[in-house]
Amino acid sequence: MYKYDSYDQAMVDTRVEEFRDQTRRRLEGKLSEEQFRPLRLMNGLYLQLHAYMLRVAIPYGTLNSAQMHALADIAEKYDRGYGHFTTRQNIQYNWIKLEEAPDLLADLAKVEMHAIQTSGNCIRNISSDHFAGVAADELIDPRPYAELLRQWSSFHPEFSFLPRKFKIAVIAAEKDRAAMKLHDIGIQIVERNGEIGAAFYVGGGMGRTPMIAPCIREFVPLDQLVTYAEACLRVYNRYGRRDTKYKARIKILVHELGAEEYTRQVEEEFTHLLEQGVEPPLAELERIKPYFADPAFETGLPTEIDRSDPDFALWVDTNTHPHKAPGYVSAVISLKPVGGIPGDASTEQMHLMAELSKEYSFDESRVTHTQNIVLPHVKIADLHALWTRLDAAGLGSPNLDTIEDIIACPGLDYCSLANARSIPIAQQISERFAKKGRTQELGELKLKISGCINACGHHHAGHIGILGVDKKGVENYQLLLGGSEAEDTALAKITGRGFDEEGIVNAVETVTDIYLDQREEGERFLDTYRRIGMEPFKEALYGE
Amino acid sequence: MKILTGNDLKSGAVVWWDGTGWSLYVDEAVDVGDRADEIIAREQSARRVNSAYSLDAERDDKGVRPAHIKDRVRALGPTVRPDLTLKPKDPEAMDWVI
Repeated sequence: MYKYDSYDQAMVDTRVEEFRDQTRRRLEGKLSEEQFRPLRLMNGLYLQLHAYMLRVAIPYGTLNSAQMHALADIAEKYDRGYGHFTTRQNIQYNWIKLEEAPDLLADLAKVEMHAIQTSGNCIRNISSDHFAGVAADELIDPRPYAELLRQWSSFHPEFSFLPRKFKIAVIAAEKDRAAMKLHDIGIQIVERNGEIGAAFYVGGGMGRTPMIAPCIREFVPLDQLVTYAEACLRVYNRYGRRDTKYKARIKILVHELGAEEYTRQVEEEFTHLLEQGVEPPLAELERIKPYFADPAFETGLPTEIDRSDPDFALWVDTNTHPHKAPGYVSAVISLKPVGGIPGDASTEQMHLMAELSKEYSFDESRVTHTQNIVLPHVKIADLHALWTRLDAAGLGSPNLDTIEDIIACPGLDYCSLANARSIPIAQQISERFAKKGRTQELGELKLKISGCINACGHHHAGHIGILGVDKKGVENYQLLLGGSEAEDTALAKITGRGFDEEGIVNAVETVTDIYLDQREEGERFLDTYRRIGMEPFKEALYGE
Repeated sequence: MKILTGNDLKSGAVVWWDGTGWSLYVDEAVDVGDRADEIIAREQSARRVNSAYSLDAERDDKGVRPAHIKDRVRALGPTVRPDLTLKPKDPEAMDWVI
């Protein structure tokens, strides 16, 4: 994985000391909150419902064991013994003290990490496929390109004060595991006539106005990748709305101009920029690539699995993914124990995951946008030993991509923007279905819960989505069906009137009953919904 | 009644105006009547509190209860982590928060 050079380290160290000085001046009263707020936000420090919250960037979700250990130590030293992995492959701490934040950032910098640009109207952490560089179905490893974009976007002076925040995802497989078309820019590395290039999808997003990004360019040569991204940003920075934050995202600009006109303007800017020489020299990309070279995979490894332990066999079937190297798989650690808080991990669990990544996965782990952790390179022969240790620590839930594998935002339990709690709904649903023993029977079923219209829990993209709203001071939950954030990206539709806390859990069970009753051979919930439409579900829910 | 809440500048902890200073316990919040803006301006200027605001609440025989669920969650802590709430042993806490 990428290692900081002296420039990277100096930038991060300098930023820590700059923030230390800004914090000191705030505490001494030399900066007002109005002056300090944008400075702390540019360093990832929010003020949330209960305390300051720090969001730490994990570029394309990749961590080494020293970094995971450091995240665990931070949870213990500065927080309350846990962290929350997010839907953009980052981690958040919920109980940070302002006066300790500079020391925390200094500890992060020691392991080549920071919280820069995890808030504010700038280009946020670049996300990617959590199986990048590993998946058998991948064209090439997209992470060198994600890293190049990370370097380009870090402290980019022209894009530090955009109309609104800006999120980029990069993938290199037909199967989309990064919700690429629901980003401001989604980049898919593709091949055309033997040449590798990039397709650009621009103007996607969730939030209060969900949109699927249209493809504005099917092929950009890789030696023009940054230039094309710069052109997309320039047009947005120039014409994106700044009069209301609710219409300031690039998706609104693309929608209002029309994809065709937006593309025309981008192409015009692109032509201009090509003459300016903004593209980094290819030597920089060549410098980056070796950091993402394959580890020294062994050959001649056994590929057979002893399935005599049914619990282990179930976990293997559910939580492992094919690896490009024979004898290896990627193992996914579920952070969704039945009745647990999606995405939360304790200090002890983070230390264990760090140890296991070092012992079994070439010192590497990945954070998924579905709030789980991947050990990307595990020998098949080591799987049982790995699972045994995970299971003993409450990390062996065999529920990947099932109804228990719920994405949930922090909701009203932690977030000052939320209107309703998300986590208790996730807990009740996973408990209900686990108790009934129906999780495996339902198969792939992606359920996503947001506690407000900002959609951090991706409810628009859930096969089943739940949106919490405030109905005259009481939590109320809308049910949505039919969304997807995969390669068949679709936006879910609301079923009808909302439900109270108990009602929404019952409603989820009702729609799964319809699915089980009506599904045909091999159909997932989403397939059945697409075939039979909304009406049977509405009828069961509302008697209409 | 009108009460005041905010976050302690240094620690970020949720605090409530108790008439002379800021308390961690909502039960100690006092009715500020029409003095909210004055107290907020003075306290924020003195850097004792951050992002302060006034809210409606009621006092019953067991304590002060903010009117809106968001403020009640602020008063208690995350409902999903009773071990982190101010009153983890209060069997009735959840009854008035939700």
